[in-house]
Amino acid sequence: MSMDRRQFLKIAGISSILGLGASVANATHPIWVKGLDPSQVEPNKDALNAKKWAMVVDMSKFKTDEDFKKTIKACHLTHNVPDFRNPDGTVNKKFEVKWIWQTSYERAFPGQENRYMEEHLKDMPFLVLCNHCENPPCVRVCPTKATFKLPNGITMQDMHRCIGCRFCMAACPYGARSFNWIDPRKAVNPETENKEYPTRTIGVVEKCTFCTERLQSGKMPACVEAAPKGGLTFGDVEDPNSEVRKIVTTKLTIRRKPELGTGPQIYYLIGGGDHA
Amino acid sequence: MKLYDGGKIIIGLLIFVGIATFPFYYNIGKVNAKPEPKVDTPAIQEWEKQYGKKECVEPKEFMRTDHMQLVNLWRDSVVRSMNREYISTASHKKFNMSLQNGCMHCHSNKKKFCDECHNYMAVKPFCWDCHIQPQEKEESKS
Amino acid sequence: MLEKAFEGGRKYWIWILFLGAVALVGVYYYLQQFTYGLGITGMHRDVSWGLYIGQFTFLVGVAASAVMLVIPFYLHDYKTFSKIVILGEFLAISAVTMCILFIMADMGQPMRVMNVVLHPTPNSVMFWDFLVLSGYLVLNVLIGWVTLGSDKKGVPPPKWIKPLIYLSIPWAFSIHTVTAFLYAGLPGRHFWLSAIMAARFLASAFAGGPALLIILSMIVRNISKFDPGKEAIQAVGKIVAYAMFANIFFLGLEFFTAFYSSIPGHTSPFKYLYMGLEGHSELVPLMWTSTVLAAVSLLFLIFPATRKNEKSLVIACVMLFISLWIDKGFGLIVGGFVPNPFEEVHTYWPTMPEALITVGVWSIGFLILSMLYKIAVSVREQTAGVEIEH
Repeated sequence: MSMDRRQFLKIAGISSILGLGASVANATHPIWVKGLDPSQVEPNKDALNAKKWAMVVDMSKFKTDEDFKKTIKACHLTHNVPDFRNPDGTVNKKFEVKWIWQTSYERAFPGQENRYMEEHLKDMPFLVLCNHCENPPCVRVCPTKATFKLPNGITMQDMHRCIGCRFCMAACPYGARSFNWIDPRKAVNPETENKEYPTRTIGVVEKCTFCTERLQSGKMPACVEAAPKGGLTFGDVEDPNSEVRKIVTTKLTIRRKPELGTGPQIYYLIGGGDHA
Repeated sequence: MKLYDGGKIIIGLLIFVGIATFPFYYNIGKVNAKPEPKVDTPAIQEWEKQYGKKECVEPKEFMRTDHMQLVNLWRDSVVRSMNREYISTASHKKFNMSLQNGCMHCHSNKKKFCDECHNYMAVKPFCWDCHIQPQEKEESKS
Repeated sequence: MLEKAFEGGRKYWIWILFLGAVALVGVYYYLQQFTYGLGITGMHRDVSWGLYIGQFTFLVGVAASAVMLVIPFYLHDYKTFSKIVILGEFLAISAVTMCILFIMADMGQPMRVMNVVLHPTPNSVMFWDFLVLSGYLVLNVLIGWVTLGSDKKGVPPPKWIKPLIYLSIPWAFSIHTVTAFLYAGLPGRHFWLSAIMAARFLASAFAGGPALLIILSMIVRNISKFDPGKEAIQAVGKIVAYAMFANIFFLGLEFFTAFYSSIPGHTSPFKYLYMGLEGHSELVPLMWTSTVLAAVSLLFLIFPATRKNEKSLVIACVMLFISLWIDKGFGLIVGGFVPNPFEEVHTYWPTMPEALITVGVWSIGFLILSMLYKIAVSVREQTAGVEIEH
């Protein structure tokens, strides 16, 4: 059977594509295809678990500047969060990365303030962080599931998978997410870094993970441990016996932008509490 | 049979062959010693004292060919499924599924272990972009 | 037919080499960005999308506009469009390619882009954007190439291309609807949280794309023997007029909802863009330029005297294109991020490397467009006088 050059080239092209495809399929080792057997892995025996981790913030317990600083520092040092500074020592706002930070009442709850309020009320300090929403818009929009909900209620971040598209940053109504615009290691001090936790790399998004790695070895989140007594209460809001559940059922708490339907799980106590 | 544009084709072919075989003739004469990864860190010696032999998470033949895939699977297991303990199929011992705190606990001599084979194979894994490398003294006894 | 892109006179090659040189400048700055990071741009924590995503949004619209030629010609047998359709399809190819390049330029970890394919996430609009844009590119490449090839041979295109052409019609609407959905479903960004986003996007697409096509047709007519036809250009002009009217009307609707409701989340971004907010009015001159150009171009297009005169038509199209480029390619994006979720005003302006990478990508787009148009023109010059069957 004779064929012309065109047909020959078409057949040669298709067979080489099929051949390459077959060799790639062959190269995939059984373990890669199979994955880990469930019997091979298990959680750490000390791991803390919950149906829905949540946090109550009692700002009345944060009395001094130092209270805020040490809470924030605990988180940022534990997780090697880069600290970008300008030459004069002020925070470089362009590259700033933050997981938990201090802002004012009118910034944390925009629209709640009234024009007659005294300035010191508007400027009252509040700690803000990722709200680990029940219905998180960031998870909804992530094209690779790099941000996703863990079964225990944590809105988690997989820095390995993130492609840096920043759709989650656009979606988050709370401005809780940061992006690594340049190499974060330029602003991580090797003398104070936590050698048991990685840094991030350029071009990925990061945010508070409710210290999931600490929870899995039986420890409370770093901020909760470092905060003044009663300042941050962390627990399973679905557990009727937990401190967090007791507070949110019996006391007045507010959350940020609840009208958006995100279901935030950071509850801010109104009026201060006497639980310890 | 007439070769149209023969001059251009032959020259093009010669340039292509030159570029395609570049890696081979560029390395002629260069001596590349066989990689010899060292497994004599203090942590490994401790293990040997305790269990009588050196053993890794899985047998070394498997690890040599598949540690990359294993590490990938560990990553998803830890980050996405919260399972951090690995039960070895070979020894049934438990290992912490962590690069920095697990693998590098024993293999803290990255330069004389990991880098030995990686440099030989010209492989640059990007794990270390994020995961902090173990600190090694500049001169270590071998 | 591909060889026709490499056969040209001196002027053609000077143009191609010029575009190639500009593209290389863009590539150089992209390599800087690749090693240093996206910090080389003007983006920051509060305005996390900027010029790149704005350009991508604008160009998806230009790509979708091919459908404004396909519907009359293939669905309604409007033979006047027989010669201009190929120009629309090739413009779509060039525009979608630029979209893909802008997305790649904007990604923090572009090497990981295959994660979108390895871990498909149907609840993410971006996943669908990836699919529909790739599909649209494939569709237009197939349709454009096959129909042009058939034109060259002087025969009607093969039957199997017809269903693909019909598919491209809803597909074109879908690419821009999906792109609008990227913005319109975000609960925290009240500037974008509007049902009319998709409609506005489509209207501005069907105004801006064909406007560019009119400009390109006039250029093609001047530098070659290919004439898409005065009637065709006039018909496209009418489409641009109606679409631009719809677009301006929809913008007016947005203004009404924002200011009549007085809800700060909706009014603040408009104030920032058009009046200045908390002392920041960097974008005000730009947005007003866009508005004035839009109004003037619409007037030119509505009145038959200025629309029929090809000189004033081209001026109107240029004004319209610039107006929409400012509005959709820049103002829309920044407006969504300012003020930020804390009601703070942190502004954005592109840096020089960012602008040069953008220019580089446009250059690559024009390079592809020029080569494709060269092929189309060469084929048509050979088959001039033979009616294109479909």
